[in-house]
Amino acid sequence: IFCMVGLRPWGGEVWDSGEAEVQSGAGSGTGCQWHLPRLSTGTSSGLVLVFDIPSKGTNITLSEVLQEHRDSITDIASEDGAADLVTADDSGALCVWRSKDEFSLLTKISAFGWTCSSVKLWNGVIAAGYGNGQIRLYEATSGALRATVSAHARWIYALDVAPLTGKLLSGAEDSYVQIWKLSRSPDTGDIEIEHCYSECVTDTQLCGARFCDPEGNSFAATGYDLSEIVRYGQV
Amino acid sequence: MSARTLPLLFLNLGGEMLYILDQRLRAQSIPGEKARKVMNDIITTMFNKKFMEELFKPQELYSKKALRTVYDRLAHASIMRLNQASMDKLYDLMTMAFKYQVLLCPRPKDILLVTFNHLDAIKDFIRDSPNILNQVDETFRQLIDMYSCLSAGEFQLIRQTLLIFFQDMHIRVSIFLKDKVQNSNGRFVLPISDHYLLFKRVEFTNGGNYISPQREGSFDLYGDRVLKLGTNMYSVSRPVETHMSGASKSLASHTKENAAPNPLAKEELNFLARLMGGLEIKKPNGSEPGFRLNLFTTDEEEEHAALTRPEELSYKVINIQATQDQQQNEELARIMGEFEVTDQPRQSTSKGDDLLAMMDEL
Repeated sequence: IFCMVGLRPWGGEVWDSGEAEVQSGAGSGTGCQWHLPRLSTGTSSGLVLVFDIPSKGTNITLSEVLQEHRDSITDIASEDGAADLVTADDSGALCVWRSKDEFSLLTKISAFGWTCSSVKLWNGVIAAGYGNGQIRLYEATSGALRATVSAHARWIYALDVAPLTGKLLSGAEDSYVQIWKLSRSPDTGDIEIEHCYSECVTDTQLCGARFCDPEGNSFAATGYDLSEIVRYGQV
Repeated sequence: MSARTLPLLFLNLGGEMLYILDQRLRAQSIPGEKARKVMNDIITTMFNKKFMEELFKPQELYSKKALRTVYDRLAHASIMRLNQASMDKLYDLMTMAFKYQVLLCPRPKDILLVTFNHLDAIKDFIRDSPNILNQVDETFRQLIDMYSCLSAGEFQLIRQTLLIFFQDMHIRVSIFLKDKVQNSNGRFVLPISDHYLLFKRVEFTNGGNYISPQREGSFDLYGDRVLKLGTNMYSVSRPVETHMSGASKSLASHTKENAAPNPLAKEELNFLARLMGGLEIKKPNGSEPGFRLNLFTTDEEEEHAALTRPEELSYKVINIQATQDQQQNEELARIMGEFEVTDQPRQSTSKGDDLLAMMDEL
C-alpha cells in the first residue's frame, strides 16, 4: 500500500463557496471527518475548518474555523453525544468540542511529548493512539485520563472502533494489530479496557488497519512496502 | 512530505558508499596512499561548503535517477573509476543499507543518531587531514542546529519521506541474508523479540518480549551514540554481494519509474545543476595514475552482472564517467540544450552553462 498514513485522506483542497474562498493546508497528517451535515477538515497549521453540507445541491460553505491547536492536525473523531468532536495534533494535544449550533471547546487535553497519531470517540470515551505506542483513554466531557495502555513497542498508526460492541483495534509499526474491548462499569460508570487478541503481521510495519464490520468480527490491515490488504476474520 | 529530508538522505547514503568503497579498496589491495587519496578526495567533495549550502535548503526529494547521478559523480571525484555494473551494485548496496537503517529505527529521532554514526565514521576516515575534518565538523554543527529541536512528529514525517523514497526496493544483499535480517523475498525482518518498549514491560501476553533501552544516545558533536544502526557493517572478510537472479514479482512496480524515455526531467536537471555547481571535482593529473575499482570479486563476474542485470532494475541514468566519451557528452549537451527555455531569466542559463562546461572538462 502506498499511502504512508494509512487510509486517511490528505489535505490540499480549494473550496470556493461563493461566500468565502478557503484553502485547506496540504501536507502532514490532515484529518477529515464527516459528521453530516458538516465536514471538518484539519490543516497542517493547526486550524480545523468546518464546512456545512447542504442536504441538496453543491453549495458547500465554510461555517467555522476552530483555532485551538498550534501544531498540524493528525486526526479527528466524532459521534453523537454531549461531546461530539475530538481533534488531535502533532504535539499530542487533544481538543474536545461540542457542536450543537455553534462550536464550543469543552476541554483541552495536554500533550505529554508524543504525537497523537490517531483518535476515536465512542460512547463518551476518547481513545487516543500515540507515537510511543501508548493508547490512552479519556472521559470525553471532562478530559480526565482514565487508562494508559502500553499497547505497542512502536508508533501507532491506526485506531478503529466497532460501534456496536466497543471493540477497539490498534495497529502499529511493531507489526502488531491488537484488539481490545472498551466498556463502562455498570456500577460506577468507569471506563474499562480489556485485551482480547493480538495478531502479528510478520515483517510488516502497519500503516493502516480497520474493522470490516460494525461488530468488530473481522478486520483488515496493510503496511509499508506491502501491496496487499490482509483481512482477518473470526472463525 | 518533509522538506528537510535531503541532507539526511544524502549524508547517510554517502556514508554507506564510503564504507563499501573502503572495504573494496582493502579487498582489492589498493596501495594505502592511493586508497587514502581516494577517500580524502571523495569526502572533500562531499562536504564542500557550497554544495552543503545547496543541500541544506528546504526542498523536496528528487528521483532516484537524479540522486544516482550525483553519486556517480562523487564516486569519480578522484583517481578511481568504476564500471557501470560496479556503480549499479554500489548504489544498490548503499540504498538497501540505509533503507534497512531507516526502517529499523526504534524511535523517529534515531534517524539523527544513524546520521551521526555515519559522520563519526567519516571523521575517522580523514582523521589525519585537519582541513577536511573542519568541513565535516561544520556540517555536523549544521545538522545539530537544524534537527536537534524537531519534534517526534516532524522526525516521523522525515522518516516517512525517506521510506516512500525507498518503497518497493527489495534487492537482496548477501550480508543481510547471511545475518538473517533480510528474507529471501527481499523484505527486511522486523525483530519482535528485542523491540524497545519505551516505558515499561508489557503485561499482556502476545508473544513479543519487550524491554526498555539501557541509555540514551548522544546528540552532541561527540559522544556514544548507543544505537548500532549506521555503523560500518563491512570488513575485508565480509564481502559485499547482491543477488540479482530471478526478479521477483514485487519488482514489477519498478518499471513505471524506469520506463520514462527522458532520463531526467527539467526540474531535476536544474537541481543537479545547482548541486553539482557546488561540486568541485579535481581533475586527475598526469602524475597520478588512475585505477579501476571492482565491486565484484572478478572482472568476469562484473561483466556477467552487467549483462544479466534485470531490465526493471536498470537505473537508466546519464552515466557521467570520466572517460573521453564524446558521444555521451554531446547527448547530455543536447538534452541540456532542449531545456534551455527562452523565457528564463539570464541568471539560470549561466548555471546550465556551468554544468555543460563541467561535463566538457571530463
